[in-house]
Amino acid sequence: MNALLEVKGLVKSYSGVHAVRGVSFSLQAGEILALIGPNGAGKSTCFNMLNGQIRPNAGSIRLNGEEMVGLPPRTVWRRGVGRTFQITATFSSMTVRENVQVALLSYHRRLWSVLGYAGAAHREEADDLLTLVGMDQQAERPCGELAYGDLKRLELAVALANQPRLLLMDEPTAGMAPKERVELMRLTAAIARKKDMGVLFTEHDMDVVFEHADAVMVLNRGELIARGSPQEVRRDPHVQAIYLGEGLLYDAKHREEAVQ
Amino acid sequence: MDFLLIQALSGLASAASLFLVASGLSIIFGVTRIVNFAHGAFYMLGAYVAFTLTDRFAGPLGFWGGLLVASLVVAALGALMEMVLLRRIYQAPELFQLLATFGVTLMVQDLVVLIWGPDDLMGPRAPGLSGAFSLFGRLVPSYDILLILLGPAVLGLLWLLFHRTRWGVLVRAATQDREMVASLGVNQKWLFTSVFALGVFLAALGGALQIPRTTVTHYMDLSIIVEVFVVVVIGGLGSVTGAFIAAVLVSELNAFGILVLPKISMITVFLVMAVVLVVRPWGLFGKPDAAPRASAGISVRPWKPMSVLERSGVALVVLLAALLPLVSGSYALSVGSEILVFVLFAASLHFMMTVGGLSSFGHAAYFGLGAYGAAFAVTYFGAPMEAALLLGPLLGLAGAVLFGWFCVRLSGVYFAMLTLAFAQITWSVAFQWVEVTGGDNGILGIWPSAWASTPQGFYWLTLAVVVVGVALLRMLVFSPFGFGLRAARDSALRAEAIGIDGKRTQWAAFMVAGTFAGIAGALFAFLKGSVFPETLAIPMSVDGLVMVLLGGIETVSGAVVGAVVYKALAIWLMSQTELSKLVLGGIIVLLVVAFPKGIVGFLEDWRHRRPPAPNGAGPKAAGKAATEAAPVGIAKLEAAR
Amino acid sequence: MKLEVSGLNSFYGQAHILFDVAFEVGEGEVVALLGRNGAGKSTSFRSVAGLVPQRTGKVVFEGEDVSRLPPYEIARRGLGYVPEDRRIFTELTVEENFEVGRQEPRPGVATWTPERIYKLFPNLGEMRKRAGGHMSGGEQQMLTIGRTLMGNPSLVLLDEPSEGLAPKIVEQMAEAIMTMKREGLSIIISEQNLHFAKLISDRAYIIEKGRIRFSGTMGELEANPEIRDAYLAV
Repeated sequence: MNALLEVKGLVKSYSGVHAVRGVSFSLQAGEILALIGPNGAGKSTCFNMLNGQIRPNAGSIRLNGEEMVGLPPRTVWRRGVGRTFQITATFSSMTVRENVQVALLSYHRRLWSVLGYAGAAHREEADDLLTLVGMDQQAERPCGELAYGDLKRLELAVALANQPRLLLMDEPTAGMAPKERVELMRLTAAIARKKDMGVLFTEHDMDVVFEHADAVMVLNRGELIARGSPQEVRRDPHVQAIYLGEGLLYDAKHREEAVQ
Repeated sequence: MDFLLIQALSGLASAASLFLVASGLSIIFGVTRIVNFAHGAFYMLGAYVAFTLTDRFAGPLGFWGGLLVASLVVAALGALMEMVLLRRIYQAPELFQLLATFGVTLMVQDLVVLIWGPDDLMGPRAPGLSGAFSLFGRLVPSYDILLILLGPAVLGLLWLLFHRTRWGVLVRAATQDREMVASLGVNQKWLFTSVFALGVFLAALGGALQIPRTTVTHYMDLSIIVEVFVVVVIGGLGSVTGAFIAAVLVSELNAFGILVLPKISMITVFLVMAVVLVVRPWGLFGKPDAAPRASAGISVRPWKPMSVLERSGVALVVLLAALLPLVSGSYALSVGSEILVFVLFAASLHFMMTVGGLSSFGHAAYFGLGAYGAAFAVTYFGAPMEAALLLGPLLGLAGAVLFGWFCVRLSGVYFAMLTLAFAQITWSVAFQWVEVTGGDNGILGIWPSAWASTPQGFYWLTLAVVVVGVALLRMLVFSPFGFGLRAARDSALRAEAIGIDGKRTQWAAFMVAGTFAGIAGALFAFLKGSVFPETLAIPMSVDGLVMVLLGGIETVSGAVVGAVVYKALAIWLMSQTELSKLVLGGIIVLLVVAFPKGIVGFLEDWRHRRPPAPNGAGPKAAGKAATEAAPVGIAKLEAAR
Repeated sequence: MKLEVSGLNSFYGQAHILFDVAFEVGEGEVVALLGRNGAGKSTSFRSVAGLVPQRTGKVVFEGEDVSRLPPYEIARRGLGYVPEDRRIFTELTVEENFEVGRQEPRPGVATWTPERIYKLFPNLGEMRKRAGGHMSGGEQQMLTIGRTLMGNPSLVLLDEPSEGLAPKIVEQMAEAIMTMKREGLSIIISEQNLHFAKLISDRAYIIEKGRIRFSGTMGELEANPEIRDAYLAV
C-alpha cells in the first residue's frame, strides 16, 4: 500500500545553521503520528515545510505521490492538507460560524464573488462542522470572546472544512486542561478513523502522546533518532537520555511501562 | 569622469542631513513604535532656531555653538511633546499616532510663519569653511567635506552609544519588549523621553546643518519627511546602519537622477525603492516584523447587515438629502456637493482601512488621479462630462493597480509610509510636468454638461453617484469577497492556510478603493471646474484619514458621518480664521487623544454598553486569548502612565 | 509573611478576570498556583507585578502595600517577575540580557552575579556572547530566570516555567528552583502540570474562573482527589 505522505531527505538551514538535516518518514491514511523532541530540534521547521510556509533546501514531500515542495500554503491546502497552529489563528472580528463559512467559501472557490451575503453561504455545512467539534451551541458568538479550549476546537473545524486527507496539528493541546486535552485528541482520532485521514502532530505533553498516537517519531538536532510505537519509544534509552528524562513528569502508568 | 566625482561628493554631502533625520526617526520608532511624522517639523525648527541663534544672536555662542544650542532647544521641545502628547497615545493604533504627530506638523507650519514670517531666510556661512577647494579643476565647498565626514562619525558614535553603555543596552532591550524592561526595574518613562529627545536632537541637527547650504523655508518639513520615509523604507525601519546606507543611496540617486531626468528626478529613487521592496519588503537592514500589531479596524462585535428598520432610516436620510435643492440656495448646494464628494472619498478609504486593514496615508493619489483623468479626457480628447466621469476614475484605478501591487507587500507603518511616498511622487509629477498637467497653474475649464450645470443638477448627480457608490462598497463588505478580505486582515497566517491569497485579495481591495476615490475625484474636478496638484497632496490624504477616524474605524460605514461632520467643519473654519492649519492640527490632536473610536464607534459603544459580565465571560474573557492579547496592549498602557 | 495578596480584582477592558483573589507566600516558601489555562494564573501574577492597570485590592510585600506602585518600583523593591512566555531580549547577548536585569545589591538578600547564575545554569556559561534569539527554548527559560535573579529579588513570581519544555529540561528546572529555595528565596510558581508542582512545592492554591477554590499543603491536595478532579480535571 502506498503511503499517504512520503517525506524524503528534508533539509533546511538558516544562514548556515542546519535546522533540519535529512528527515524522512511516511504516514498512512488513518494513522496518527506524533513528532516529539526538545525545543529547537526542528519540529516547527518540519511542520512549516510540510504545509508550504517554508521552502526546504532539499528533499521531497509527496502527498499520494504528488510532489508538494515549492507550493505555497494555500495550494498545499487545496491539495488536501489542513493545519492548526500552536498559537491559535482565527478571524477575531467574525462569529464562530463565519470563521467556518470563510473556509467553506474558499473551499468552494467562491471568495472572489462580490454578490450576495456571505453570512448566508454554506450555513448548514458550517453548522455540521461545528456540531462535529461540539461548537454548534456557540455558532453565533464573536470569536474574540471564546475560551482557549473552544478556540482550539474552532480551529479544528476550520481545518476540516476542505475535507483534508492529512491534518497537521502543531501542539494541539498546549495550554489546555488535561480533560480538554483528552477530549480534543479523542475527537481528532475519531475523525481520523472515520474519514481515513492521516494526522501528524507535535506535542510536549507525554501523557497525550503516549495515550493517543499510533506511532511516535523523535527529532533531535534536526535528525530523527527514533520511530516506533509509543511503548518502543518510551523504553528507548537514547530517547530517555536526550528528551524524556527520568519520567517524573508523566503519568505513573506510563512510567511503569517504561521501566518494565 | 571628474564631473561625476564632484556630483557624487555633492550627493554624499546631502546624505548627511538626510541620515541624521532618518536615524532619529528610526531610533524613536525602535523604542516607542511611533513613526514620528513631526520629525520633519523638528528638522525645520532646527533650521529656523539655528538661523536665529547664528544670525541675530551670533555673539556669545558663535556659529557652531549656535547650531548645537539650537538642536538642544528643539530636542527639549521634542521631549516636551513626548511628555504632553505621546505619553497619552502609546496605547493607540499606529495610525492614530501618525495622525497625531501629523497634527503637530500642521500646527508647527502655521507657528513658524507666525514667528519667522513667510519669506525664505538665508543663513550665514560656516566660519572657516565658507570657501571651496579645488579637485580636478573643479570647486568643492569645504562645508560639504565636513558634512561628508560627519555622517560616518555620527554613525560610529551612535553604535558606541547603543552597544557600550548601559543606557544603550536598556534602549535596545526596550526596542523589543518595553513591559519586560519595566518589570526588571527600569523606569521606562524616562527611557522613552530620553530616546525621543535624542531622535529629535538628530533631526534638529540635520536641519541646523543645512543653513549654510540652503535657504530656510516653511515648507522644508514635508519635503524632508517624504525623503526620510523613502530612506527608512529602503534601509529598514529601526536600523541606524540601514538609515545611513539608504540615505547615501537616495542622495546619490538624486544627485545623478537630476542629470538623467531633470524634471522628475524622484522617479529614479522610486524605481530603486520598488526593487528593494520586491526583494526585501522589510528594507535592506530591517527585520521582518515577527509579530505585527493588530491593524486598525478589528472589532470585537461582528458586523451585521442592516436591519429593515435601519435600511428605512437610511432611505429617509437619502430622501431628505434629495429634497435639499428645494429649500436652499446655490452656495449651500455647492457646499453640499463638495461634502458628498468627500463622503465617497472617505468611504473608499474606509473600505480599504477597515475591511482590508490597509491604512493608506496617500489615498489622495487616487482621488487626484481621478480628477486629472477627467480633466485629461475633457482637455485632450474633448470628451463630454458623462464620458469623462467614466474615463477619469480609470486613471485612479491604474494608479491603484501599479502602486497597490507594491504596497500590499508591506503592512502597518511600512504600508502607510509607502502609500504616502507614492502619493507624493504622483504629486511631484503633477507639479513638475508642466507641459501635460499645467503644473502649479492646473487645468482649467472642466465644466459639467448642460443638464448638470446648475447647482441643483450637479447636486442631484453627485448625490446619485455617491449613494450608489457607498451602497456598492457596503455590499462588498458583506459579500464573499469582503469576508475573504477581512479574513486576510484578521489573520494572514490562517487565511493563507485556508487557501486565501491574501496579497491578491488586498490588491483587489486597493483597486476598488482607488477606483471609488477616482470617481470622487472626477466629480470634484467638475464641481470646481478645474484641477490642481493640491488634489494629490498630503493634506488631502490626511483629510480622508481624519474623516475615517472621526467616523470610527471599527464601523462599517462610519466614514459617511465622519466626512459630513469634518468637511462641514473645515469649510466653516476656513471662513473664520487665517490660522486654519493651527486650528486643524489642534483638532486632529485633540480627536486622537479624546475620541479614538470616532463618532459612530463612540455611539455604538454607548448603545452596546453593558455591565461587566459575571465569571469573566465578557469579551476576551479569562481565556488564553486574554493573556496573549494582553501584553502588547498592556505594555502600551503601562508606557502611557 | 513575605507576600500577602488580598481582595484582588482585575479587569481587561470590560472583562472582569479576577474576583477577590487572595494568597500568601511565607519566607523561604515555594507555593504553587494551580489552575487550567485561562483560570487567572497569569493575570494574578501580572497584577502583583503591577502590569494590569485596572485592578483593585491589596498587595503587601514585606509589609509594604505596593499595589499602587508602577512595575519598575515594585521590581526595585525585590519582587521579581518571570513571565510565562520567557520574553527574553532576542537581539541581546546573554550578558546583555543580564545587564538589563541588574540592580544594586539588597541587604539581607542573596546577591547574584552572572558567574553565580552560570553555576546555576551551566549551559548559559558556554554561550555568554550568544544572542538570545539563537538559543533553544530550555536555554531561554534559564536565561529569563537568570535575568530576573540579576535584580537580587527576595521573592520570585515564576509564571508556568515548565510550559512547552522537554520533560528532561523541566526536571533540570525543578532542580534549579530547589537551589534558589536553598538560597533563601521565596518562590511562587503558576502551573498546570501537577507532576511538576508536586516535585517542588510546599503548598498550593487552586484558581478557577478567577477565584481561589482551594488552599492547602500538597499533601492535602493529594488527599482530596475530588477537588483535584473538579478544578484541575486531571
